[in-house]
Amino acid sequence: MDNLLTHKQEILKLRARIVQAIRAFFVAADFLEVETPQRIPTNAPEVQIIPQESGDWQLQTSPELAMKRLLAAGYSRIFQISHCWRKEERGSRHLPEFTLLEWYRAHCDYTRLMIDCEDLLRSVLPAQQFTYQEHSIDLKQPFERLSVDQAFSLYTDTTPRQAIADDRFDELIALTIEPRLGLQRPTILYDYPLELGALARNKPGQPYLAERFELYVAGLELANAFSELTDPQEQRQRFALDAKIIYTQSARPANFPEPFLKDLAQMPASAGIALGIDRLIMLLTNSSRIDQVVAFTPADL
Amino acid sequence: MYSCSDLRKGLKILLDGEPHVIAGFDFTKPGKGQALYKCKLRNMVTGSLFDRTYRSGESFEPASLEERSMQYLYKDESGYVFMDQKNYEQTILDENVLGDDKYFLIDNMDVEVLMFGERGIGITLPNFVNLRVTISDPWVKGDTAAGNSKPATVETGYTLSVPPFVEEGTLIQIDTRTGEYSTRVKE
Repeated sequence: MDNLLTHKQEILKLRARIVQAIRAFFVAADFLEVETPQRIPTNAPEVQIIPQESGDWQLQTSPELAMKRLLAAGYSRIFQISHCWRKEERGSRHLPEFTLLEWYRAHCDYTRLMIDCEDLLRSVLPAQQFTYQEHSIDLKQPFERLSVDQAFSLYTDTTPRQAIADDRFDELIALTIEPRLGLQRPTILYDYPLELGALARNKPGQPYLAERFELYVAGLELANAFSELTDPQEQRQRFALDAKIIYTQSARPANFPEPFLKDLAQMPASAGIALGIDRLIMLLTNSSRIDQVVAFTPADL
Repeated sequence: MYSCSDLRKGLKILLDGEPHVIAGFDFTKPGKGQALYKCKLRNMVTGSLFDRTYRSGESFEPASLEERSMQYLYKDESGYVFMDQKNYEQTILDENVLGDDKYFLIDNMDVEVLMFGERGIGITLPNFVNLRVTISDPWVKGDTAAGNSKPATVETGYTLSVPPFVEEGTLIQIDTRTGEYSTRVKE
């Protein structure tokens, strides 16, 4: 037998080992591994994420709602590795069904998760150094911390506010800024404009900023983190805003995850993060396409 | 009309009134951001290659192209003249449009001409053509420095590498897809 799957064996073995190392890291840090349902009545309404329907319900686009309900119930350190689905996402770094690692910490903000990211990557890669495509990445030094404002002034001719007004923000991030991030060591891009942090907390004293960061390694977006918004009223208003845009653009009615909104009132100050496992495996196996690090792509089925 | 989700490699779309083919394609999406469709486009008339990024919601007009079986007649100052074998209409293709394909045209050869409306914008040649070598240095026995190939020029002015034993006047077969020597033709 000699097919594509045979050739993937080495990478899939490495993948399994890395996933084991991730589990070991969280268990050692006293996190509880949880499993929440992947088929749910509704996801959070978000304009740019299209859920995959499953009967009258939906497949999760991320396990965040259920995990935050666990935080509200008093679980203070939890993690989960689960499959997530996002419709119409397919590219060299995107699969409509992919593997996401999410972890949450109660009683802290997003700065604690920045440290987690450093510790996690160092822990899964004891060599502390690897090469991705032509970039040699060093994990020993502290990760670079770059604010979104700084990144725009370094790499573009505009500001985040102006880019949003011109409807160019995502384009500039994806095509101009992202390819330049994390080329020698990982980069933490932090403090996004408030409009781009649907479930994130306002930065205290900075009404236009949300406490959100993304982790980039070798130009690849790896993780997205927030200090969680814990105000049910404000969360409901933000959902309503997104639901209205979704309905205008695609006539998709958006339901609100009511049990989540109800539990949110009990949630302590917390921070949470989602990290793309497939992309991490791409980095650590020097694979240029996401297809190389999963056993099957939709086209193989 | 096509939408962004129809975009894929090989799709032919109309852009600024000219047909373009998508030569490279990737989907990307920044975290929580809008979907971006990165295309490498080739203008099918001029051959120029460039990048363009589209966002969901944009739409595209298909470029309607058809292939017609034609016979190559001759070249004159107006260009390369082809004739439709069904209605005997003549179409003239510009040298720039043909690129290297011009070297593989032989009088009365049957080809497929790619038509954009009434305009010929390219041809599909037979996979192999036979052309006669007009210039090639003789092979000196024992000259190992020259290696296993030497340059040769064929009757259409095309230059390629051939094995040392191919002499001037030899009829050779060339693979039009690669432009490389294929074999010597027995006459």
